[in-house]
Amino acid sequence: MVIQDFERIFQEKIDNEIKIEPKDWMPEAYRKTNIRQISQHAHSEVVGMLPEGNWISRAPSLKRKAILIAKVQDEAGHGLYLYSSAETLGTSRDEMINDLHSGKAKYSSIFNYPSLSWADMGAIGWLVDGAAILNQVMLCRTSYGPYARAMVRICKEESFHQRQGFETLLVLSKGTKEQKDMCQDAINRWWWPSLMMFGPKDSESTNSDQSMKWKIKRKTNDELRQQFVDMIAEQIKLLGMRLPDNKLQWNEERKHYDFGEINWDEFWNVVKGNGPCNKQRLAARNKAHEEGSWVRKAAKVYADKKLKHKKEKIA
Amino acid sequence: MSFKQQKYFYGDIPEDNTGENMSSPKTETKNEWPLWEVFVRSKQGLDHKHVGSLHAADAAMAMENARDVYTRRQEGVSIWVVESKHIHASNPEEAESFYEPAADKIYRHPGFYQLPDEVNHM
Ligand SMILES: [Fe+2]
Ligand SMILES: [Fe+2]
Repeated sequence: MVIQDFERIFQEKIDNEIKIEPKDWMPEAYRKTNIRQISQHAHSEVVGMLPEGNWISRAPSLKRKAILIAKVQDEAGHGLYLYSSAETLGTSRDEMINDLHSGKAKYSSIFNYPSLSWADMGAIGWLVDGAAILNQVMLCRTSYGPYARAMVRICKEESFHQRQGFETLLVLSKGTKEQKDMCQDAINRWWWPSLMMFGPKDSESTNSDQSMKWKIKRKTNDELRQQFVDMIAEQIKLLGMRLPDNKLQWNEERKHYDFGEINWDEFWNVVKGNGPCNKQRLAARNKAHEEGSWVRKAAKVYADKKLKHKKEKIA
Repeated sequence: MSFKQQKYFYGDIPEDNTGENMSSPKTETKNEWPLWEVFVRSKQGLDHKHVGSLHAADAAMAMENARDVYTRRQEGVSIWVVESKHIHASNPEEAESFYEPAADKIYRHPGFYQLPDEVNHM
């Protein structure tokens, strides 16, 4: 068979909704795109632990603390599921971690914003996890088998994240004046960065076309963003709060909410590494990795030693 | 008929001439802990099912990590871990000839046999 035959069979599988599995033939660009996207996704889960980890020791009650720890632990698991599925494409864990720590690999820009108050834990769960979920529900049907399976597992765990976030804000929204202000302030700061999570506008996105043809993605950035706006614009009514956008308005003709223009300069700035916390996040990751280095080495030496003893016994 | 004798990654990376994807460079991984496949029995009486993979220095650590990663919500009552390199997998390139012999043996299925209606529940 020549390469065109492989490519045709591959595309036929995709068109017929047959998942691509690791041993199957795939175009090199499909492999690379998946490695890039899955590892970025994994990095986002891992770096995403930092803004919330920041509040574990300061959670207002034992209940909230236990919930927050459980959520952050879930995100670590999500990172692991995703790294594992990227590894099936021939990259290594070490390589991915190195790329993250050197700043070469990207992760979701949302995590380069600071978590300044307790209400941010609510806003992150509701808005940030809420935005992530829309993307992830779509990815449950992505064409690469191991990625799709990881997403199914992740989606099962995510709904608790969004619900606990909304509930946190709901409690604040019924509290004292200070608590209400805190709630509104968190929404004000997280709203626009959450909209940016869906990425550049379709008219400017270079990745979408091929990714759609290969069914890596099934919805465009703008479609997902609109879905998010429609969902949040309704939910916020229950909080008695408002979204910081004067142009937000139901459009009867489109049957969707209209919304204002995103500050794309800010978006690209944060992507390029100049967000409020980019340096801090990478420094925290590097520090944790370096400080854990002796543990990783010791465990390996110990395991090798045990194995050697076992072999000597048998011999 | 040849079997792939080794599988280094959860789900397999092809090792021979099955296409251009062969050329993917493998990176240095000598500092990594080995990869393990995790199988979980969700309920007494059911089979263990593959749920994913993880890195661990040895079997005991793989077991503990598997518990923390894959059974945080009581998803399991029993866990198997096996180092990924010990898994042998069939080859998708040979799937046709490998599984084809089963295709024309419809008499192995109960519906092949036409019986009178009076014979209930057989
Ligand atoms: Fe997550
Ligand atoms: Fe989450």
